[in-house]
Amino acid sequence: MTNLAEPAGVATGARDKRDYRSDQQIRWCPGCGDYAILAQFHKMLAAVGANKEDHVIVSGIGCASRFPYYVDTYGLHGVHGRAPAIATGIKAVNPSLTVWVVTGDGDALSIGVGHLIHALRRNVDIKILLLNNAVYGLTKGQASPTSFPGQVTPSSPAGVVDRSLNPLRLALTAGATFVARCVDSHGRQMRDVLIAAAEHRGAALVEIWQNCPVFNDGAFVQPSRNYLHLRPGQPLTVGGDGERALTLDQGGRLRVQRTDDADPPLLRHDVGNAALAGLLADIEGDDLPVPVGIYYRCTRPVHSDALRPEPPLRGRRSAQELLDAGRIPRAG
Amino acid sequence: MTSGQDVQATGVVICLAGDSGDGVQLAGRRLAQQGVAAGLGLGVAPDFPAEIRAPAGSLNGVSTIQIRFDAGEPLTAGDTADVLVALNPAALRANWRRLKPGGCLILDSGAFIEKNLALAGYDVDPVAQLETSAHDLVRVDMTALTLAAVEKYDLRRRSALRCRNFFAMGVVCWMYQLHTEATLAWLDRQFESHRELGEANRAALRAGMNYGETTELSARRVLPVASDGSAGPRRMVSGNEALSLGLVTAAELSGLDLFLASYPITPASDIVHLMCGWDEFGVRTFQAEDEMAAIGAAVGAAYAGALAVTTTSGPGFALMSEMLGMAVALELPMLVVDVQRAGPSTGMPTKPEQSDLNQALHGRSGEAPLPVLAASSASDCFWAVIEAARIALRHMTPVVLLSDAAIANSAESWRQPRLRDIRPINVRQAEAGSPFAPYARDEELARPWAVPGTPGLQHRIGSLEKEHVSGHISYDPGNHELMTRLRAQKLAAAARHIEDTVLFGSDHGDLLVVGWGSTFGAIRTAVARARRCGKQVSHLHLRHLNPLPPDLGRCLRGFRKVLVAEMNLGQLCARLRDEFLLDLQPYSKVQGGPFAVADIEAML
Repeated sequence: MTNLAEPAGVATGARDKRDYRSDQQIRWCPGCGDYAILAQFHKMLAAVGANKEDHVIVSGIGCASRFPYYVDTYGLHGVHGRAPAIATGIKAVNPSLTVWVVTGDGDALSIGVGHLIHALRRNVDIKILLLNNAVYGLTKGQASPTSFPGQVTPSSPAGVVDRSLNPLRLALTAGATFVARCVDSHGRQMRDVLIAAAEHRGAALVEIWQNCPVFNDGAFVQPSRNYLHLRPGQPLTVGGDGERALTLDQGGRLRVQRTDDADPPLLRHDVGNAALAGLLADIEGDDLPVPVGIYYRCTRPVHSDALRPEPPLRGRRSAQELLDAGRIPRAG
Repeated sequence: MTSGQDVQATGVVICLAGDSGDGVQLAGRRLAQQGVAAGLGLGVAPDFPAEIRAPAGSLNGVSTIQIRFDAGEPLTAGDTADVLVALNPAALRANWRRLKPGGCLILDSGAFIEKNLALAGYDVDPVAQLETSAHDLVRVDMTALTLAAVEKYDLRRRSALRCRNFFAMGVVCWMYQLHTEATLAWLDRQFESHRELGEANRAALRAGMNYGETTELSARRVLPVASDGSAGPRRMVSGNEALSLGLVTAAELSGLDLFLASYPITPASDIVHLMCGWDEFGVRTFQAEDEMAAIGAAVGAAYAGALAVTTTSGPGFALMSEMLGMAVALELPMLVVDVQRAGPSTGMPTKPEQSDLNQALHGRSGEAPLPVLAASSASDCFWAVIEAARIALRHMTPVVLLSDAAIANSAESWRQPRLRDIRPINVRQAEAGSPFAPYARDEELARPWAVPGTPGLQHRIGSLEKEHVSGHISYDPGNHELMTRLRAQKLAAAARHIEDTVLFGSDHGDLLVVGWGSTFGAIRTAVARARRCGKQVSHLHLRHLNPLPPDLGRCLRGFRKVLVAEMNLGQLCARLRDEFLLDLQPYSKVQGGPFAVADIEAML
C-alpha cells in the first residue's frame, strides 16, 4: 500500500506470494474458507508472475466481496451483484488488463444472476471466482440460491423448500468458455485451476466450495461420496485406488463401474466436450462422485475484440468531421 | 447581467399529420431539410405515439410533425400552423386545433371514407362543416393520385400507398416554391437496394408538385426571406443528435476515449443508434442487459480511465440509483443523461415532461449530492453535455444531464461550431512515481484519478465509507461526517465556476419568469412579446440545477413576483423556495406536451 509520504514504485513483476498481499487487516471470521482461497490466489499471482498494476479485482457485496481489499492490485468493491457489469466496462476500455471478479452465491446467483449470465454469454475476458458457501454470511445466515433443500436458516425455519441452483450447469448454459469447480481445502488443485483460469482468454467461471464455519459449517462434507479429480484425457476414476471409474450406461446416464470391467468402455475426460461437461455438472446423488477440476474449456472470440475493432490506420478521426457531416450548404 | 435581444415571429408553420405508418415524420424531416437548404431558420416538433403501429386510422395511431420556417432562428416550432395536411380523418381530428383561423387545410379526400371516419370517431363527415369555415380548404384525393403516379412500378397496393407522404410533401413544396432536388437525390441514395421503391417515391413527390402546378389548387404562399445572418454553413440537428455530437466533442477536447453503455429506452435510444457507428472517433458503445448493468459498465469504464456515459430515461434512471450513489462515493467522473418523459412509471414514453428533477437531485440512498444540468433546446444539448463533462472531469464526480422528449426529438437549424473555438477540457490522471493517496484532494476537492495499468498506483476503492486521504475502509464517526461534508463541498467548488446569470430583460421589475430545460423557447418568445407590449417582465433560464448559480438569489430578489414555469408540479420552484426562502409561484403544465407560447403569455 502506498501513502502520501512514499513515492510509488515502478512496474513490478513480483514472484513471491507475499508481494501480492495488501496492508489491510483481513476481516473474515476465524476458520473461514476464504482464507485458504485468498492464500491460493496470492500463490497463483506469484506463479504466473503477475504485474500488480495490470490486474483488477472487482467484487460485489458479501463476505467474499471483501477480497479486493486483501490483494495489492487495483480493486473495486462494488454494489450487490453487479461486479460482472463493472468488470465488463473496465475490460471494454482497457482489454490489456487482467480482470478478476470475486463473488459469492448470493451475490452472483441471486441478485446478480442477470449480470452473470450475460457476462458469460458475451465471453467477456474476465475470470469469475464464485465462492459458494450455500448461505448468506454477511447478513447472518439466511438461505441462498445454493442452500440445500431442508436447510434450516433464520429465513427458512422449517427448512429450505426451493431446489438449489447449479452454478456449473448455469455457466455452461450461459456460454462460459471455462467452467471449473474447486474445494477450499484442496489447495494444490485449486491453485492449478486458478492458474489455468488466469491463462484462459474468455469468460471463466470457477465455483469454489467454501466452508462457512459460522452459519453453514460442514455444508459440503459428504462422507459417502468421493471426489473425482478431472484430468484431461484421463479416465474418470473415482477414489484413490483407481479401481472404479465413471462410464455411460445404455440410457446415456453416468454410473460408476469397476475399471477392470471393459464393457461399456471407460470414459475419458475431454475438456472440449460440452455434452460431457453437462453430464458432470448435473451429477447428484450419493452413489456418484463429486467432480472437481476443469469441467469445460473452449475458445470463442472475446467481447472486447468485438467492441474494439482493429484500430483505424489513420488514427482517430476528429469530431469536427461529424459536426460538418450534416452540413447543409447555402442553396443558390 | 441582462440582454435585450429581441425575438421576431416571422415564420410559417406547416403541420403534416397521418397514421404512424404513413411516414409523415420522414417526409417532414425532408421538408425541413429543404428549408434549411434554402437558408431558413428551422424549428421542428414531432408528436407520435409510443406504439409502433397502433390500429391504422385510429386516433391512437396519429403521428404529427410540425415544421416552422423563419427568417431568423426560431425558438419554438410555433403554437399554431399556417398549413395542416391531414392524411386521414383521425389526423384531422387530432390536429385541427393547431390550424390558425384562415389557415390552409389540405385533406386527402380519398382517405375520408366511412371506415376511417368511424375510426376517428366522427358521426358525420366533418368536411361539409369545414367548407363553411374560415379555413382555406383544399381537398385532394392523394390516395388515388399517388396510386396513379406509381402505377408503372411493380408495387403492391400497400407499398404504393406508402408513397403518399411524398405526394403530400410535393404539394407543400409546390405551395411554398421549395426546391426538391436534394430530396430526390436523397431518395435515390436511401433506396439504393430497392430501386423500384425509390423511383416510386420520387414519382409521388413529383406528382404532388405537378398536381399543385396544374390545378393551382391554392394560393401560392411565400416563405420568409432568409436573413443575412443565416449565411455560412449550418445543419439541421435534433436534441439527441446534438447530444451525441457533444459527447464525441467532449471526448476529443479531453483527449479521452468515450465509452457509452445503455439499455434501450424511449426517447433516449437514438443516441446509441448514432454513436454505435462512431468507432473511428474514439467511441465504444455497449448495449447492456439492463440499466443497472449499463451504469455498472460506465462505472467500470470511468475507473479504467475513459469518459464514461450512460443514457436513459426516467424508469431506467430509477434503476441506476444504487450505482449512481456508488459513483458519488467512488468519486469517479461520469455522465448520466436522462432524456425525461412523462411519468410516473412507464407513463407516456414518447411525451415530454420535466418530472425527473427531484429524482436527479435526490434519488439516491444516503447523502449523495451530485451536479445536475439541463439542456434548453435541441442544439443546446451539444453545449450542455460538454459542460457536464467538464464538471465531471474537473471535480471527479458523476454528473446528471437532463434532456427531455421534446428536445430529444425536435430539431432546429444550427450553425455548428469549430472545435478549435471551444476551450479544451483539462484531465489530470495520476502518474506513476508521483506521491499518491486515493482520497487526497486538490483545490477543486477532486481526488486523483489513478487508472489501472499505471505502475505503483495500485489501490482499492469501494462502496464502503472511506477514510479521508488514505481511502481505507473507515467506520470512524468523525471521518464519516468529514467525508459527507467534503462530498457536499465539492458542489460548492463546482458552483464557483458557474458563469454570471444572464437575465433576458431588466434585472428588476414586476415579474420574472424562471424556467429550465425545454421550456426555453416558449418562455423566451412569450416574455419578448410581453416586453414589446410594455410589460415589466424578464426571463431567467437555468442551466445549472445543482449547484445553483451563486448569483441566483440576487437575481430572484430583483422582482416583485417570480413565476417558475415547468412541466411538473413545481419541483424547481420547491427547490428555489427551499434555497432562498422566497415566495415563488409555480406554474405547472403536465399534459405530456411542451408549453405553448400562449400558455406562458396567459400568465404574464
